Amino acid sequence: MTGRKQDRPWRTPMIVLVLLLAAQFVLPAYHHGNLTRIMVFAVFAIGYNLAFGYAGLLSLGHAMFFAAGLYGAGMSAHFLGFSMPLAFLFGGLCGLVLALAVGLVALRTRGVSFMIVTLMFSQAIFLTILYFNEFTRGDEGFVLAQEIRQLRFGETVLSLTDPTLRYNLALGLFAASYLLGVALLRSPIGRVLVALRENESRVQMLGYNTFGYRLLALSISGALSGLSGAAYALLFAYVGATFAATQYSIYPLLWVLLGGVGTALGPLIGTGLMFYLVDFASEITSSYLIVVGVVLVLLVIVFPKGVIGTLQEKWRGLRS
Amino acid sequence: MTGKSDDHRKVRKVGDSAFGVSRRAAIKGAGALAGVAAAASLTGFTARAHSGSDAPIRIGFQVHRTGIGAAYGRWYERTSRAAVDYINETGGIGGHPIELVIEDDGTDPKRGAEVVEKFATQHKVDFVFGTLFSHVVIGSAPRAGELKMPYFVVSEGHHVASGKLNRYVFQPGITDVRQQVISMAPWITSNLGKKIAMIFPDFAFGHDHRDFFSAAAGSLGGEITTLLPIPPTESSFTKYFAKIPSSTEVIYHVMVGPAVLTFVKEMGEFFGNNRPELFGFIDSLEAVDIASPGLDYLEGSYFWEAMPRYADGLPTAAAAFYRDKVGVDANGASMSDSKDVATFSHMFGCWETLYVIKAAVEQSGYRSGKDKVALIETLENMKWFNEGIAHPQGGKQFVGQIHQSFGRQFISKVENKRLKVVHTTTIEDGLYEPEADYTKQAL
Amino acid sequence: MSFGAQLFLAVLEGTVSASVLAVTALGLSLVFGVMRVVNVAHGEFFMLGAVIAWSVAFTVGDMPLVSFLIALIVGPLVVGGIAVAVDWLILKRIDYNPEGTIVATIGLLYIIQQATLILYGPEARAVEPPFYFLIQFPWFGYSGYKLIVVGISLMLLLGTWYGLTRTRLGLYMRATQYDREIAQAFGIPVRRVYAAVFALGGGLAAIAGVLVVPIQQAHYLMGHNPLLMSFIVVIVGGLGSLRGTLLAAFVIGISDGVISVFFTPTLAKIVATLLVSLVLVVRPAGLFGEKEP
Repeated sequence: MTGRKQDRPWRTPMIVLVLLLAAQFVLPAYHHGNLTRIMVFAVFAIGYNLAFGYAGLLSLGHAMFFAAGLYGAGMSAHFLGFSMPLAFLFGGLCGLVLALAVGLVALRTRGVSFMIVTLMFSQAIFLTILYFNEFTRGDEGFVLAQEIRQLRFGETVLSLTDPTLRYNLALGLFAASYLLGVALLRSPIGRVLVALRENESRVQMLGYNTFGYRLLALSISGALSGLSGAAYALLFAYVGATFAATQYSIYPLLWVLLGGVGTALGPLIGTGLMFYLVDFASEITSSYLIVVGVVLVLLVIVFPKGVIGTLQEKWRGLRS
Repeated sequence: MTGKSDDHRKVRKVGDSAFGVSRRAAIKGAGALAGVAAAASLTGFTARAHSGSDAPIRIGFQVHRTGIGAAYGRWYERTSRAAVDYINETGGIGGHPIELVIEDDGTDPKRGAEVVEKFATQHKVDFVFGTLFSHVVIGSAPRAGELKMPYFVVSEGHHVASGKLNRYVFQPGITDVRQQVISMAPWITSNLGKKIAMIFPDFAFGHDHRDFFSAAAGSLGGEITTLLPIPPTESSFTKYFAKIPSSTEVIYHVMVGPAVLTFVKEMGEFFGNNRPELFGFIDSLEAVDIASPGLDYLEGSYFWEAMPRYADGLPTAAAAFYRDKVGVDANGASMSDSKDVATFSHMFGCWETLYVIKAAVEQSGYRSGKDKVALIETLENMKWFNEGIAHPQGGKQFVGQIHQSFGRQFISKVENKRLKVVHTTTIEDGLYEPEADYTKQAL
Repeated sequence: MSFGAQLFLAVLEGTVSASVLAVTALGLSLVFGVMRVVNVAHGEFFMLGAVIAWSVAFTVGDMPLVSFLIALIVGPLVVGGIAVAVDWLILKRIDYNPEGTIVATIGLLYIIQQATLILYGPEARAVEPPFYFLIQFPWFGYSGYKLIVVGISLMLLLGTWYGLTRTRLGLYMRATQYDREIAQAFGIPVRRVYAAVFALGGGLAAIAGVLVVPIQQAHYLMGHNPLLMSFIVVIVGGLGSLRGTLLAAFVIGISDGVISVFFTPTLAKIVATLLVSLVLVVRPAGLFGEKEP
């Protein structure tokens, strides 16, 4: 391990966060809005990265955790009149609780079986959302009225429709998740997770409760995914079953793989990259997904470990 | 680079950095971010200022070019382009030409909201129109409202009229499912039978049919014998037919999506010659040729149509003119490819919506963004759109409170592999009490 | 209809979908088992088979049996060819890295889907079955072609089994699946085996698409469900076990239909989905799983 990285692991995160903070004053309205969305989804990717990148749990069902947060926040705000902060936290809690429940059952499997079990649970959640369409409005979904999407501090009322507020709330959530990810990696818990990703039986023999650690990783992952979903519901006012469908389990996997599995910055890069890839591709062709597909293939050939992952390796190769 | 991967567990060496990022990579990353920001600010401006008498009116067209709605999206695009071309040929909107800006939303609500944002903040259009699928409408509408972008939906969903969206959202060019369904009930119960089984997709579109039709038929002495909600990914339907009691007189079906052909085929195989009356909605067969193999079973059955696919169903000069302009032949297919069947009962909504925008702009004196409030208020006070070139499907009664138009509906019978109109409803048949009042909301 | 008749119908329907599923899943099982990579575009190979079947029928004209037979050959050949190209251009280059393959095949999925959208179009189109006759049971009519599909699937499954156990290529495949390094040490051309397996996997999916299209229809998004279902079947059956794949296909295919007789459709799907997870939780290696994946 090179000494330099160990010395100042917070430098890169700080640079990134300062850049993001400053960007809002420079960016035109369009990209300002895009970055808000990217940051919200990057939290989802960070959550996924925690399970997959750090603990080696390849889940194909993370959409259910995002949806838990989306519906938890959306329905509690819409039907129960929760305030925005309360609804947000409730959404995160829903993600956490679901991840705990699913983890208790699913973590008894590993590898590909785990992939299918998570996929199946996610499908079941999707179908359940459709089943209770009286409340959830199923795939069509429902809208959160502007009047409830407000933050009150005594006399002042701030509306969540304000772009600046939205950007900074998203940035705050992203920063917290990003820093959590960095901190976790450096912490003893993080080291156990990485170790058990590499060789679980060895870690078990050292006396660690590997099931407990994996459950912890999945739970935090679920909580972050839920917070991302909650943020989406409250900031963008829409709750719908589309977000519980399989593609929203594939997206975080894709974002994390693109950015670099197990890296701290990878999730943001991957999420942003995919977003702009789709956006630029739609400018130049009427079937933008074809361009996206080609670029994905090329990216994988050039950056086999994801953008950040491959760059890290090359940098290390140059220095040694 | 990567070593051999015969061990399919992810092998990471001890020295691998899974935490933190090397400085070089960080600088590269930061540089990339800065580069994107710089490039972005250069591409930030694409609009032209509204000055001068020939400055165009920019209209954003949110279309389902890809995704499950692609079959509709294609025809929506052709119709919209035809309308824009013709309007521009005949003087534009109040002398200003229309500039159409097109974005694909992939029939996805997340992308839809992003595209609305792009229309408002990057393309800087005056209006947005064109969304069809309800979940995309509902996903996109909040952003339109926040951005104060007049958003014209061509969806036939009940969402706009339900009052649950916002005051910037309108559906003036196409009728909604509630009026369609309730205007069918009298004819069905009087002509086909009173014991009705309903087969519908188990999502909001299907539930609307279930709820509105059950209520309407019930009040006319009809009885729903079975309700069969079909889950979205279902590809085989035979087992559902088995649940229909033999006393059923009418099967009311609204299956949509690619599996419709299977649905009809299996229905034929299951019931054979001994079948109840069949009443469906042309949504099932938009862009599908009635003469397709496997659809023979539909012979003698009935369909709701919003605008008759076959020209003889609505032989007015306006309808013929419109048909010619959008390139559809007398059988409802593309003039350049008789196998390319149009989504004729939906696409007229784009044509008529553009004409409504034209009328609203001209009547309100809209010149630029700050006139949006005046435009909306003017539109809300409009009551009637006359049948004619602007509204070839028929005249529309516009109810400003709920931002929704009401129009006539058609019932057609499948005869000799064609659709023949057997009944036309009146606007009154479909009128319902408004459930909400957008005009009371602040703008 | 009486309950017994409903159940019988459900079993028939389940058998038909299980047969098609078995053929599709077999393709994925081979790829997953031998190459240890997930081909996310596997469902698109299935879709291509269906679309090619329609194209052949369209070109040939009014002779459904002829176009069916031609499609049964052309479909897997074309798709197999695409598979070999993908293997050579992409998978080899990333050295079958599992994560890289996931991203690459997601890209491939987008490419194939969109290319189909552009060339074939967004609408769903029907294909006439090669022969059409109705079997009249006392309670309902049933399409004879569907039963033919079951027969052809069984033949394909038997043929694949024969190929795997009796031919040299089959031997190479099984050896490579068992232990790649030792197989290489024995002089087996592992890279070429991979290409053959990938082509075979795609070809099987394509044939399944050709078989199913007269029962359903050809649509550019139709690959999504087969991908999910065959993936589930392969894992539940147990990685590396073809027997397990087949058994799982039939159990899942038939039970799906049978459960829906007892519950409302959406609830039935929820129940079926949870049951599948239960199997895996109780037996994590799958029904016939050999070693831990």
